[in-house]
Amino acid sequence: MSVGIRIRRGATIPLKGESEKILSDAAPSETYALKPDNFFGIVPRLMVKEGEEIAEGAPVFHCKKDPRIFFVSPVSGRVKEVVRGAKRKILKIIIEQQVGDVITHKIPASKSLSREKIIEILLKSGAWPFIKQRPYGIIADPDAIPKAIYVSTYSSAPLDVDFQFLLKNDKEDFQKGIDVLNTLVVSPVILSVDATFSGFFEYIKGVDLLQIKGPHPAGNVSVQIHKHKPINMGEKVWELRPEDVVNIGKLFINGQFSAQRTLAVAGESVFQPQYIKTKIGALITALTDITGFDNSQQNRFINGDVLSGKAEAPNGHLDFHNNLLTIIPEGNHYRMFGWLPFMDNKIPSLSKTSLSWLFGKKPYNVDTNMNGEERALVVTGEMEKVFPMEIYPMQLLKACMANDIEKMEALGIYEVIPEDFGLIDYANTSKIEAQQIIKEGIELMIKEVG
Amino acid sequence: MNFLRNKLDDLKRPFGKGQKWERYAPAINAFDTFLFVPNHTTYTGAHIRDAVDLKRTMVTVIIALMPALIYGIYNTGYQHFIQTGEAFSFLDAFIHGSWKIIPMIIVSYVVGLTIEFIFAVYRGHEVNEGYLVTGLLIPMIMPVDIPLWMVAISVAFSVLIAKEAFGGTGMNILNPALTARAFAFFAYPTYMSGNKVWVSEASNIDGISGETILGNLAAGGNVNYSFFEMFQGSIPGSIAETSALYVLIGAAILIITGVGSWRIMLGSVIGAAIVGFLFNLWGANALMSFSWVNHLVVGGFAFGVVFMATDPVSAAQTNKGKWVYGILVGVFCILIRVFNPAYPEGVMLAILLMNVFAPTIDHYVIQANINKRKKRWASALKTA
Repeated sequence: MSVGIRIRRGATIPLKGESEKILSDAAPSETYALKPDNFFGIVPRLMVKEGEEIAEGAPVFHCKKDPRIFFVSPVSGRVKEVVRGAKRKILKIIIEQQVGDVITHKIPASKSLSREKIIEILLKSGAWPFIKQRPYGIIADPDAIPKAIYVSTYSSAPLDVDFQFLLKNDKEDFQKGIDVLNTLVVSPVILSVDATFSGFFEYIKGVDLLQIKGPHPAGNVSVQIHKHKPINMGEKVWELRPEDVVNIGKLFINGQFSAQRTLAVAGESVFQPQYIKTKIGALITALTDITGFDNSQQNRFINGDVLSGKAEAPNGHLDFHNNLLTIIPEGNHYRMFGWLPFMDNKIPSLSKTSLSWLFGKKPYNVDTNMNGEERALVVTGEMEKVFPMEIYPMQLLKACMANDIEKMEALGIYEVIPEDFGLIDYANTSKIEAQQIIKEGIELMIKEVG
Repeated sequence: MNFLRNKLDDLKRPFGKGQKWERYAPAINAFDTFLFVPNHTTYTGAHIRDAVDLKRTMVTVIIALMPALIYGIYNTGYQHFIQTGEAFSFLDAFIHGSWKIIPMIIVSYVVGLTIEFIFAVYRGHEVNEGYLVTGLLIPMIMPVDIPLWMVAISVAFSVLIAKEAFGGTGMNILNPALTARAFAFFAYPTYMSGNKVWVSEASNIDGISGETILGNLAAGGNVNYSFFEMFQGSIPGSIAETSALYVLIGAAILIITGVGSWRIMLGSVIGAAIVGFLFNLWGANALMSFSWVNHLVVGGFAFGVVFMATDPVSAAQTNKGKWVYGILVGVFCILIRVFNPAYPEGVMLAILLMNVFAPTIDHYVIQANINKRKKRWASALKTA
């Protein structure tokens, strides 16, 4: 069965430095890191001490609220450092790679694999955090029965990856992962594919295909769910990234936690943008050693895409979920009279107060300049142009700012996560930090409503 | 450029964090950011940002106002010399107009921006650019002979009461420029209506015929101007609102750049045209019989609809709401013109009235979205 979804409102921003379809292995990474902040709403409780030797797949910390949810080490080695921030908050746990044991879980024959058994294995092995839950985009609740599971292979964010290419060697594992997921849910897994070319995903069995067409944010799962079967109050929907389906597949084939991560290293500053295979939490330098980058200037390293990714230090570590590492120049420079209309048309702009639209689809150079300062919300209608859901984005933002829970609920907070407001961050005239406001709104919802 | 930048950085040092004049940083920043787009980089949220900002948006509106302003300056001189009967050249008319209008603009900016700066320092936020437009609009919609002190008081009233009292830029209910005009209109009626105020220095001339067209019609008179004169704007009126032609050029700029809402503009024209046409059919008096086409080009209708009704803060904010709001502005404008001869110009009151109702319109549009969502929840519960 397949359903077509066409998104009209939104924007594709073509940027320089798209990854070439070359797949290389990463340089060795001395250390790996797990960052509790990668898991929205999780308070970690450490299970290891600094200096302790741990096996690959051994738990490093668990979720304080639900101690069944383990977060495990991607490699064997020694816990080198627990980096803490203000109020002793754990920022990251750095593991130095050494030769060591690998934890193997016993996988029963597929016939005797019940839903409960599968959930138990996923939790124990550390693969559970691969599953995210809507509303809110938190780690899935093991006791919940989801309405549906979505896996999107359609990428629309600037410089985002091509999952056709990224997973070309993992077709069997992907199928295995889908089979496992199908036991967790009543209706088949919903697999979103590019409507113009679905490649090998078309031959995956046991899924309902969702054929997506249109500009960013069409690749965001929120948009796909909203257009397909919107989330109602009280409902729960699960979501996985395609490579994590592969990781779950591998787990159920050999019984070991798979931390495979294939990333596209992209962006204007990268010399040889390409795909690189490594493991979750590897050092960024293990990737940039292969691709090279322009270090004659200040750069911003982004775990994820330029709209909703997280900034990281050049010698920092990869995040848990991202398949994309973007490197672009910093923009800490002044532009004389840059506020005049039709000035600096080389900066991509969705507004017609710039002539940049004349340049058509040619990739743009970008940097991290704010191109202005934050102001009161004045201009109306511009957010709706890049927000394809039937939700009033500005009104929802205002409800979040006012901490008005009833209004947030009624205006659709259950159907969005911060990344859906990435384009609004980018496009809005008043330079409002929409993603941050939505994030705080969701935190309030979790605290007050649960 | 580097030399200037370094000089500015030196100048700004005492305003930095923890320095002596930190409180007054918004004031110096306002000047600095007029020369340079600052070097601020993104720190949270999206890492790249669009080139558009509020300064750029507001400057686009100012550019769109220029044709109407320049024609208004010329027309001020033109009306003066036509009435006095003196021979004059284009330049004479322009110079006469400039002498009258530029001081008004200066007064408006000085008074308004001073208040804005004080509030920015007091509240600790940057100076918003909105007043650049408001401050230019206010003189453009005043009668030319209004004393400068009245301009100053109207500006102060509008910025303090219509804007800052509600929380500043982005929070106001009423359009500040129209509030200034409404204040002057009710506080100093003899300077704001009648047949002596619309032509520069008219009080020195005997036997003037300086009525606006709508004022003349309301008084039971006849229209002595051709459609082309009304369209081009060589008629008496407030400074820059007379020319539908130059307002249309501004409208084109606003619509092409996407800064002004075409939905509101088109809605207003449709609303006014329909009501005007219905009155034409009724035809009980001179104002009712005044052709609906003429209604669109005389008085402040075009100017109000293009530059005032589209103010995004005081207008409806949803796309559906903008249609309703626009149409009602047009409808009420013609209704006020026809039924209330004391106020021959209806557009000011129509827009202010709809400013008050805009949040209500949005409320119903958004409530429809909420109801749809709640209905979906209810039906999901039923099937579950």
